[in-house]
Amino acid sequence: MLKFIKYLKQFRKEVFIGPVFKLTEAIFELIVPLVMAKIIDIGIANGDKAYVLKMGGVMVLLGLVGLGCALICQYCAAKASQGFGTVVRSEMFRHINSLSHGEIDQIGTPSLITRITNDVNQLQLAVAMLIRLVVRAPFLVIGATVMAVAIDWKLACIFFIASPLVALALYLVMSRSVPFYRIIQRKLDRISLITRENLSGVRVIRAFSRQQQEKERFLEASTDQMEISIAVGKISALLNPLTSTVINLAIVAVVWFGGFRVNVGGMTQGEVIAFVNYLNQILVAMIVVANLVVIFTKAAASASRVNEVLEMEPSIISKTVTPVQEKENAPKLSFDAVDFAYPDAGDYSLTGISFEAAKGQTVGIIGGTGCGKSTLVNLIPRFYEVSNGAVKVDGVDVREYPLSQLRGKIGIVPQKAVLFSGTLRKNMQWHHEDATDEEIWEALEVAQAAEFVRKMPDGLDTMILQGGKNLSGGQKQRLTIARALVGSPEILILDDSASALDFATDAALRQAIARFCSERENGVTVLIISQRANTVRYADKIVVLDDGKTVGIGTHEQLLESCEEYREIYWSQNEMEGARE
Amino acid sequence: MDMEKRSDILKRILSFAKPHLWYLAAALVSALLSVSLTLYAPILIGRGIDEILEPGKVYFDNLKPILIGLIAVAILAALFQWLMTLCTNMVTYKTVRDLRVAVFNKVEEIPLSRIDSRSHGDIISRIINDIDSVSDGLLQGFSQLFTGIITIAITLGYMLSLNFKVGLVVVVLTPLSLFVASFIAKHSFDMFRRQSAVKGQLSGYIEELVGNQKVVKAFGYEERAQGEFDTINHQLYEVGVKAQFYSSLTNPCTRFVNGVVYAAVAIFGALSCIAGGFSVGALSSFLTYANQYTKPFNEISGVVTELQTALASAKRVFAVIDEPAEEPDAADAQYPQNCEGQIEIDHVHFSYDAAKPLIQDFNLKVQPGQRIALVGPTGCGKTTMINLLMRFYDTDSGEIRVDGQPVKQIGRNALRSLYGMVLQDTWMFKGSVRENIAYGKPDATDEEVIAAAKAAYAHSFIMRLPQGYDTILTEDGGNISQGQKQLLCIARAMLTKPSMLILDEATSNIDTRTEIKIQKAFGEMMKGHTSFVVAHRLSTIRESDCILVMKDGQIIEQGTHEQLLKQKGFYHQLYYSQFVQTAS
Repeated sequence: MLKFIKYLKQFRKEVFIGPVFKLTEAIFELIVPLVMAKIIDIGIANGDKAYVLKMGGVMVLLGLVGLGCALICQYCAAKASQGFGTVVRSEMFRHINSLSHGEIDQIGTPSLITRITNDVNQLQLAVAMLIRLVVRAPFLVIGATVMAVAIDWKLACIFFIASPLVALALYLVMSRSVPFYRIIQRKLDRISLITRENLSGVRVIRAFSRQQQEKERFLEASTDQMEISIAVGKISALLNPLTSTVINLAIVAVVWFGGFRVNVGGMTQGEVIAFVNYLNQILVAMIVVANLVVIFTKAAASASRVNEVLEMEPSIISKTVTPVQEKENAPKLSFDAVDFAYPDAGDYSLTGISFEAAKGQTVGIIGGTGCGKSTLVNLIPRFYEVSNGAVKVDGVDVREYPLSQLRGKIGIVPQKAVLFSGTLRKNMQWHHEDATDEEIWEALEVAQAAEFVRKMPDGLDTMILQGGKNLSGGQKQRLTIARALVGSPEILILDDSASALDFATDAALRQAIARFCSERENGVTVLIISQRANTVRYADKIVVLDDGKTVGIGTHEQLLESCEEYREIYWSQNEMEGARE
Repeated sequence: MDMEKRSDILKRILSFAKPHLWYLAAALVSALLSVSLTLYAPILIGRGIDEILEPGKVYFDNLKPILIGLIAVAILAALFQWLMTLCTNMVTYKTVRDLRVAVFNKVEEIPLSRIDSRSHGDIISRIINDIDSVSDGLLQGFSQLFTGIITIAITLGYMLSLNFKVGLVVVVLTPLSLFVASFIAKHSFDMFRRQSAVKGQLSGYIEELVGNQKVVKAFGYEERAQGEFDTINHQLYEVGVKAQFYSSLTNPCTRFVNGVVYAAVAIFGALSCIAGGFSVGALSSFLTYANQYTKPFNEISGVVTELQTALASAKRVFAVIDEPAEEPDAADAQYPQNCEGQIEIDHVHFSYDAAKPLIQDFNLKVQPGQRIALVGPTGCGKTTMINLLMRFYDTDSGEIRVDGQPVKQIGRNALRSLYGMVLQDTWMFKGSVRENIAYGKPDATDEEVIAAAKAAYAHSFIMRLPQGYDTILTEDGGNISQGQKQLLCIARAMLTKPSMLILDEATSNIDTRTEIKIQKAFGEMMKGHTSFVVAHRLSTIRESDCILVMKDGQIIEQGTHEQLLKQKGFYHQLYYSQFVQTAS
């Protein structure tokens, strides 16, 4: 947790002032019982009304000043803790942006999201508590004890017995109940798992008439959760009764032994009352400490989860920021004996991949699920680092490029059609912030999306909801294609990106892309990844992958002749035509 | 929410707590006892102090019984406090369990249309979060409210009985606490609402951008994302500081009000002592009360806001419970074990939304053993047919008959078990491979399970899994491939030996070899059984007895392959673009 101190630096002032004022308030609070003792011992004993009024006024004054101090402290706490949270969130977001795919896969996106939201909130709460209470609560305990010692050290011995006993009670109860909260959470997760399964599998469950058994399964899980909650409740319910009993017994002792002290003239009656008040203050402060322990245990867990992200080193970074000079006459893209294994995976996902794509060529990559098609594509924009060999763009190893220059050359249409909330125009300007409406319309035209966008009442200003919920799958897919085309990339990668399109649209799209690419000055190099032979059969070159290896490279006709795997794929998908030919 | 509705919701929650009413009653009695005893202690302490006046004037004989009484009171108060918490826990957790089960059971019974039209996340959140907030706010809150009120009442009672005049001073100051508490509650509530709006915006942004980090990188959007993020993040800071500050005012302000009450009691109490008729010990008890007096006001105002959230949550929970269940099976419903497989679809009309008619006047007669192919572009509504056949949805008008028996005359579960259904959207639950296969027939023997797996060409890959049939599949079956999942679904359907079949052929994401296996398994399953196939493969389509061509949710053509080709309609067009790429 200490590592987070640096994020508090810019709030140094608040972190310092807050506790100081809090302490001042606590001191005033400790003085109040003393003032009261004076009222009793001097005011009442002497029948001095003026003194009583004066001291009463002092009390109100103490309260007012205390209030002022407390407000200053609370404001400091709010400012420092919220500021701290803001800084950490921003830092995390920046760091996540710098991580490479490998690291993101390792933590997983859902977990990253909880860490940047919930975990940072926990830390923020801990900072607020740190400023507000961490100094105050122990100070009140110690202060009350010190005051008691100052009044009468013999009677104060009771404090030295009672305080550890209260602490022990707190420790015993909490150490036995806190670990169970995690178990309760796990049981609750199971309840939500069953619910989720029942919603996503509702058709299967009803098809097999299993509603009754599912109800029983749910009943069992929720009873389980109920029972453990009740069991833990039994332990944690002990906390308040135990501590208050200890304090009440201590009060009994104070009054009894205080009687002896008063009897011999060692103490006054008012001082005994002050003792009782201090004991009550200790009880309240101890319970605050107990809550603090819970908050900080949670915060420590969050801190390590946040730290794990912040300390993760991005494995892929630009070697240089100055743009690299491309080699002329080199192939646009080449794979040179590339091997690749995912981090922490034993086996290579790709082995010995070599092929070239000239400027303006269209290359198809085909193979079954898990053969490494998408993996191969991910190496081009350097999302992952090759294990051996090299991927070159314009004759230069991708590792030599500044990432922005390399990725600026490439337009990718990912498998999953993802759009972001905001206007359609903004989505189209992702690659090139200053793309004009004309460029956007041209890209939409090519992507077969212009027609439906034109029909939208707001055109390019149409708001897209989170996850593109207000669009159909096919519309989303066409828009992601258009997004990649805006700004004319030098290399266009289509990763199985036409699956949601009907066949006529798909065909029109392929023709339009071919036209678009050949019209560009130097031609656009296109990579089409697919499981369907018909999608890639008109490519200039087809690379057939099987289990991470190239098993054939050539044109459709060549491969039908020479490549067993290609034939298998092709015929299984085109039986009918096979019979005709 | 008007008052009447609120009390209705409260009543319904109490009706759920009814079976545990004894615990509730015990909790209330314990609360009353524990609070009274706890508050009685200061009186005893005060009396004790009155026995220790000054040197030589300490009356130990009187002190002893008082202190023994104090010990007894302290222990009893603690005991009842413990009992109160235990009983409250019992009521709370048992009621929560019952509520959860009630909502879940209703989810199992409501028509599919109600599940399809809702976000699953929303239903889950009602079962988990909303019920939790009902438990925190209403049940725990209720006990806090109760103890708070009796604490105030008893404290006031004790104070007034100790010394009426000084007690009156406290009563006069009471509105001050109320005012401060409600003022703060109101302001911080507004701030919190604004804060949670910005918070929601920020998490939405994080979810989108972090969730799609790979796209962000592909387009070099990192810098712009950081800028947008920081803007929202800063807004959150501004509103967060205010929200936190306002809400953290509660403690200092109450402490101040408390201090004022304390000082007032000190002054008036001391003056009364001087005037006589009021002892120092009684003053000490009074001071203890003054210290405790304002705290419950705070708690109560906190509880009131929590109660409001809880009522809103309860409303959302009851909304699910109040959903109408599926129409029960007809009284004279038949429950056939198997059937011939003759299906008549007679003038059926159906739509999900009355404004958008989908299936209109659809007629089809399927003889036992025939194969019907459903063909059309993705998203054309082929699942609608499955919904109607399985009676996941009811027709708007017209009738579907199985072996001449209208489906509405057949028990839903009986009707559904006549079909074996394998969807492309495979569903696995967290459990072993064996349990997943035996889902439709939990009492199946190992031999039966293995036989079904073999018939579905799944046995060999299952044996290669780390624990074979005992391998635990994660939620959504993430540890096996999509194609393997479909093989398991086929085995699951085969095990129940259905009379008719509904199959959904794979389109993509399945490697060629697995696809061939699935195809073979499908082929064997369909032999001699009436089957409906959502078809993508030409061979399946060509061998069908009837093809239904669907587009935009409607059945636009119907006939055999040859007939449809001759029509030169949409099927003709589809056929040539999908299966026969013209070599231009």
